[in-house]
Amino acid sequence: MTTDENNIPVLSVQGLHKSFGDREILKGINVDVYKGDVVCIIGTSGSGKSTLIRCVNFLEEPTSGIIAYHGEDAKKAFKNLPLYRAKVGMVFQQFNLFNNMTVLENCMVGQTKVLKIDEKTAKETALENLKHVGMDDYINAKPKQLSGGQKQRVAIARALALKPEVLLMDEPTSALDPEMVGEVLKVMKTLADEGLTMVVVTHEMAFAKDVASQVIFLDQGVIAEAGTPDEIFNHPTKKRTQDFLSRFNVLAHSNQD
Amino acid sequence: MSAMPTTFFGWVYFLLQEYGVVLFKGAVVTLLLAIVGTLIGCVIGLIVGIIETIPEDRNASAFSRALLKCEKRVLDAYVEVFRGTPMIVQAMVVFYGAMSLFGIDMSPLFAGFLVVSINTGAYMAESMRGGIDSVDPGQKEAAIAIGMDHFQAMQCVILPQAVRNILPQIGNNLIINIKDTSVLNVISVTELYFASKSAAGVYYKYFEIFFITCVIYFIMTFTASRLIRWWESKIDGPDAYVLVHDPLADPTGIVAPPITAIPKKGQ
Repeated sequence: MTTDENNIPVLSVQGLHKSFGDREILKGINVDVYKGDVVCIIGTSGSGKSTLIRCVNFLEEPTSGIIAYHGEDAKKAFKNLPLYRAKVGMVFQQFNLFNNMTVLENCMVGQTKVLKIDEKTAKETALENLKHVGMDDYINAKPKQLSGGQKQRVAIARALALKPEVLLMDEPTSALDPEMVGEVLKVMKTLADEGLTMVVVTHEMAFAKDVASQVIFLDQGVIAEAGTPDEIFNHPTKKRTQDFLSRFNVLAHSNQD
Repeated sequence: MSAMPTTFFGWVYFLLQEYGVVLFKGAVVTLLLAIVGTLIGCVIGLIVGIIETIPEDRNASAFSRALLKCEKRVLDAYVEVFRGTPMIVQAMVVFYGAMSLFGIDMSPLFAGFLVVSINTGAYMAESMRGGIDSVDPGQKEAAIAIGMDHFQAMQCVILPQAVRNILPQIGNNLIINIKDTSVLNVISVTELYFASKSAAGVYYKYFEIFFITCVIYFIMTFTASRLIRWWESKIDGPDAYVLVHDPLADPTGIVAPPITAIPKKGQ
C-alpha cells in the first residue's frame, strides 16, 4: 500500500447533520477514521451516538453532509448502496440475528446473496469467522437457543464474513447480562489487535481506554471533545467531559479495588 | 328393485351405495377449489403484502413514488371490496357479469376458482401484512446493513418468518374455503353441496344425505387442520440442537474422530 492511500481516511464523516422532524440530533459532525483505527464514541444517552453510527452506513439518511469512503462520497462512488454496506459491517445492540436461520446460515446468507460467493467458499469463510469468535461448535443452533453473548459473537462473525473494511458497532454490549459482557469485549479486543478498523459506540470506558486509538465524546449533537484515550480519560479539558467521566470513574475505581 | 330400507342407517347405507361416487366426486371438486383457491390466494396475499410494506424511498423520483402510492391505493380498494362483500354475491357478479359485460362464457368451475382465489387473496393480504409487521424490524435492518435490498430481505429473512407466523391463519382460510365453496352451487359448480342437493332430491331423503355430507365435510376439515399443525411443527424444527464437537452430544459417548485427524496410509 502506498503512503498516499494511508493518508486518506477509510471513512470520513464531513459536516454531518441529522434531524428528525424539528429535532436536530446531529449538528455538524466531522470524524476521520484511518485504516487500523479503533474509534470509540462515548457520551450520554440521547447525545446522538447511535444516530451518528447509523448515518455512516445510511440506515438513517443524513439530512446533510458527506460520508466519504476512501476519499470519495460514498453515495456517488457506490451506485449500489448495498455493496457499500457490505464493505462497512454493522453490529447492533440487539444482535438482530436472522431467527429463521441457523448460526451457520446467518453467516453465509450475506456472502451468497449480496457478494454472490458460491456456497462452498461462503461456508468456509463463515466457519473461519465463527471459529474466530469461538462459536464454531454451534453452527447448527438457531438464534433463540443461544445466550445474549453467544448471539452477539455470531452477529460479529456474520459481519466479518463479508470481509468489511470497517466494522461499526452500536453499543454491542449494552443489551447483555453483566457476566456476558466480558466474552464479547474479548472478541472485540482480539479484532482490534489484529488491526481491524472499528467504530464503536460504547459505555465500556475500560474498553475505550485500553483499545481505542481515538475517543470521541459526543454531547448534545456535537463533538465536545476528541483525542487519544490518554487525553480524554486522564486530561479532559472540557467541563462536560469531566462531569461525564466522573460518573464512570467512581465505578471504575470500585471495580479495581 | 329390492325393498326400500326402513331404518335411518339403512337409508344411509343405501344412499351411500347409490350416490357414494357422486358425493365423492363432489368432495374432490370441493377440495380442489379450496386448496387451489387458498394457494393462489396466498400468492396474491403475499404480493399485495410485499407491495403494501415497501418503505417510502425519499431518494426515488417523484414519478415512482406517485406510482407506488397509486398501487397501494388500488390494492387497498381490492382488499376492502372483496372482504366487504359475500362470496356468494361475488360468484354471481363474476360469473354473470363476465358473460353480460365482456361476453366471456367461462365455465362455472373456472369462475369458482377465480372467485375463491380472489376472495382468499383479500383476506390473506391483511394477514400477510400482519405477519410481516410481526417480524422484529431489527432483522430487516440487519439484512439491509449486510447489503440486502428490500426484496432480498423479504425473501430470505422476513417472509419465511412471516409465513410461519400466519400459518394458523392460512389453515383457517383453508378450512373456511372447504366449507364456504358450498356457496358456489349458485353458479352450478358441482361441488359437494351441489352433489348432495341433487342426490337428496331423488328420494326426498334430505336428512340422510346431508348427514353423510356433514361427515365428509368434517373429515376434510379435520384432516386439513391436522396437516397444518404438522407443517407448523415441521417448520419450527427440533427444540434441541447438536453441538459439532461436543462429546456429550453422542449418547453412546463414542465420538468419531474428525475426518482430518485420520492419518493417511503411508504416513
